[in-house]
Formats: sequence, C-alpha cells, structure tokens
Amino acid sequence: MLYTVLCYNNENAVFSWTKEQDDAVMAKLNVVHERLRKEKKLGPSARLMPTTAATTLRKDSDPPLVMDGPFAETKEQLLGFYVIDCASLEEALGIVRELAKANPGGAYEVRPVRFFHPGSGVQ
Amino acid sequence: MTEVEWIGTAIVSARPKGVAALLRYFRDLDTAEEAFQDACLRALRTWPEKGPPRDPAAWLVFVGRNFAVDSARRRRKEEPLPDEELLADVDDAEVALVERLDSADYRDDIVRLLFICCHPDLPATQQVALALRIVSGLSVKQIARAFLVTESAMEQRITRAKSRVAAAGVPFETPGAAERSQRLAAVAAMIYLVFNEGYSAGADAQEARAPFCDEAIRLARLLLVLYPSEPEIMGLLALMLLQHSRAIARFDANGSLVLLEEQDRSRWDRALIEEGLALIDKALRHRQPGPYQVQSAIAALHARAARAADTDWNEIDQLYATLERMQPSPVVTLNRAVAVSKLRGASEALAMIEPLAAKLDGYFYFHGVKGALLEQLGRIAEAREAFNQAIAIAQSAHEAAHIRRHLDQLSPDRHGEMTCVS
Repeated sequence: MLYTVLCYNNENAVFSWTKEQDDAVMAKLNVVHERLRKEKKLGPSARLMPTTAATTLRKDSDPPLVMDGPFAETKEQLLGFYVIDCASLEEALGIVRELAKANPGGAYEVRPVRFFHPGSGVQ
Repeated sequence: MTEVEWIGTAIVSARPKGVAALLRYFRDLDTAEEAFQDACLRALRTWPEKGPPRDPAAWLVFVGRNFAVDSARRRRKEEPLPDEELLADVDDAEVALVERLDSADYRDDIVRLLFICCHPDLPATQQVALALRIVSGLSVKQIARAFLVTESAMEQRITRAKSRVAAAGVPFETPGAAERSQRLAAVAAMIYLVFNEGYSAGADAQEARAPFCDEAIRLARLLLVLYPSEPEIMGLLALMLLQHSRAIARFDANGSLVLLEEQDRSRWDRALIEEGLALIDKALRHRQPGPYQVQSAIAALHARAARAADTDWNEIDQLYATLERMQPSPVVTLNRAVAVSKLRGASEALAMIEPLAAKLDGYFYFHGVKGALLEQLGRIAEAREAFNQAIAIAQSAHEAAHIRRHLDQLSPDRHGEMTCVS
C-alpha cells in the first residue's frame, strides 16, 4: 500500500532555524531517507517553501478566485510530504516515528493513497 | 535538533506575537516584556515534561497574562503565587479559547508593536536597536556588540528610546485603513533598516550582525502572513532574500568585500533565491508596482544571471529608471549609472553622476564608482584622486581595503573593472 505522509509544523519556528540547525535536522532525516531509498520504499517527496510563497485558487466562486497565501490559516502548516510504500499502517507509523525523532514538533498525517501517478520524471 | 533547542526556537519565534498581544493587554511595554519573560521561564520548565503546546504564542500570552495579573495582585494583597502544578495544567483547549478571542487582533497588535519601534523621533540606529531588543528579543549584550558600544551604553540608549516612545503615547485604538497602510509602510522601512544594518556590516562585524538579516527576514515573513496580499511586503521580503542569498559569497577568506561581479555564484543560496523569485512572481500579479518590488526585480536579474557577463543590464537600467521616477534619489541615479556604463560606456555614465557630486560628496560609493569610471576612461590621475577620496570617508576597514586594492592595481595601461554597488 502507498501512503502519503503529510508533514505539518509551525512554520514560524521551522523557518527561524539557523542554517546549522536546519542542516542538522536534514542530516538526521537523510539517514531515514537513505534507508528507505535502499529498501525501495521511498516515492516522491518534497519540502515546501513557507506559506507566504503560496497562492490559492478558490473554486467555490465562478470564475475561481486567486488568493495570496495558503488555503487555510492553521496553527501548523503543511511544509512537506513523502510518498512511502509499506506493507501495513503499522510499518508506515514505524517510519513516521523515526522521522519524528529526527524532526520534533508538529505532526505527521499518514494517509493511504487512492490513486498514484508516478509523474513524468520531473527533476 | 534536541527537544530543548526546539523549545528555544519555538519561544523565539513566538516572541513578536506574544509581546504584541501582551502589550495590548497591559498597555505598557515594560510590563508586557516582563510578562513574556516570565511566561518563557515557565515554558522552559513545563514544556520539556508535557511537550510543547500546539500554539506556543497563545500559550505564552495566556500564561504571561495570568502571571502578570497575579504578581500585581500579590504586590497589593500579598496573595501567594499560583503554584507550578496549576500552570502546568494549562491545556490546549483553554489556550485555544484565549487565542480565538485574540486572533482577530493579532494583526494590529504586531504591526503596533513594530510601529512603536519606528517612531519618527527615534534616530535610525535606535529604531533598529529597539526592534531587535523588543520584537526579536536579542539581548542587550548582543546588540551592544553589534553596534560596537558597551553594554551599559546600549542599555541606556534602549531605555531612552523606550521612554521617548512612552512619552509619545502608543496608539491603541484600532487604526483605520489609511493609517494602517501608513504604519505598514513605516514598519517595512524599519525592517529593511534592520536588514541593512546586518548586510552592510564589514567582515569584522559580520558575526555580531549576522542575526540582523535573519531577524529582518523573519519579521517580513511574519508581516506577510498577516497581510498576505500586500505586494510591497512581498517585494521587501523578496529583496532581502535575494540579497541575503549572496551573504557567504560577499567576503573572501581575508574578510575583504567581493564585488557582485567577482562573486562565486555557486555559493549563492539557491533556496533563498527561489523563494525570492516566487514572491516577485506573486507580487507582479497585483499590478501595483512599488519601490521594494522594483528593487527586488533588480536583485532578481542579478540572481538569474548564471555568469556576471549574462546580466541583463538593459532591463536593470530600465528598472532603475522606474525607481528614479518612484523615489528620486541621487543614490538611485548612481546605481543606474553603473548599468548605463555597461550598456553605453563609461563616459555617458560619468556624465550622469557628475551632477550628483555635491549631494553625494560624503558617500563612499560615489567616489568608488567615479574612480572606476575614470579608470576605465584612462584618466588615471583623476581616478586615483577619487579612490583616495573614497578611502578618506570609508566607514569600515573592509571598504577602505577594497578601494585600496583598486588603487594598487592602477597603472597607466590597465583598464579597471567596474564597481557595482548592489
């Protein structure tokens, strides 16, 4: 089963990290990423810019309304995602627990994937 | 990152929101700062056990407010303090309630707090010092070190600035639309001032002032979260991100300034550049150009050029012309002259800057650019004179060293390279 791991955290705090702190978190996360890659469990993943860089298209009006900022104002913001291939939810949660150790604060939402398109090899 | 470090960053990043909300509540800067400080001490004790709350700022406001009210009561009636257990039980539901009451006010709170620091009576450096102390929470020691004064001198300066601000009276009523946008403009200018205090520091002061740039970027991000559709705030943030992306390439191993054209572009921070470009893209959609957007567009043209030779000087010239119309200033014309020299040669550029001599006589870069143009034209004696003038008024050792290097290279048969100001 494919799962998406949606990474939420307080962007105020995350984007206040010094370069050294950021590098340290990434180094710890990379250990987990590397293992997942070797086990062929890691799908596409991304780290997002802060929500100040976001633009939202609201489809509930016609024509759709383009607005600056994220879809919703929340305490924690969507700051990235992974797609992982796991045999079970338990396994997915195990991986997420490891990620959480490397990068404390915030939350990971684990959501099974209903439809997956591998994309066109965008780099 | 350890849990303790994480808590530290959470507290630091919650500070503007926290102090701003407490200021509205207590209407007194010292009380607000003290209450926030107390809440932070509590946080350091309770968060490691219970884990940090989901909304650190709301938690700190809640606890800070209670604590200050309690200590005022205690001073009056000698009541005992609430015990630690009680405070540790503050749960997210309770905090959420307070937060809901406040969230509509946060925007004005934070802009008010920032606005206090840019009081027109305060000289620029005091505005910067006050903002770094109150909003960013840098220690007096840190700020003093950055401004090369003693801790007690800086303490005095900040105290004086605070009493000046207090005497002027803080406007607590909710501002109208026109006033809000005036405040926003003043705050944007102050944030850019903080950035420039960091950015313009020489290698010697770099370490002490490096946090200034990060703080300014953080404040601009915060402001943009509060005002997501302000193209000039997008422009300001983009401008700072693009300039800051070159931070480590701007100095060589000896601490001398490296000109934009000579920088190793592979050392520029791509993540900051990409974020800056994304923000410019967003801002352009609004079709409300302003000085920050234009300056960020100029910075973006430099960022987009893979090599210095690929720089689109024509576009840069036009953007400076736009900036001249929006914000006429001899410094802008001087910058434009650099672009003109690339496009149409040194003599046209020199003709542009000669009328600025009276206004920019005390400006280091004016003499630097003039010297470089004269050098290109082979007028070596005059070039030497301009460079000597630049050295005489250089504000820092790295500025002087940079020009001296130029001067050393002067010889009658060697054509100099252009100095780029940005």
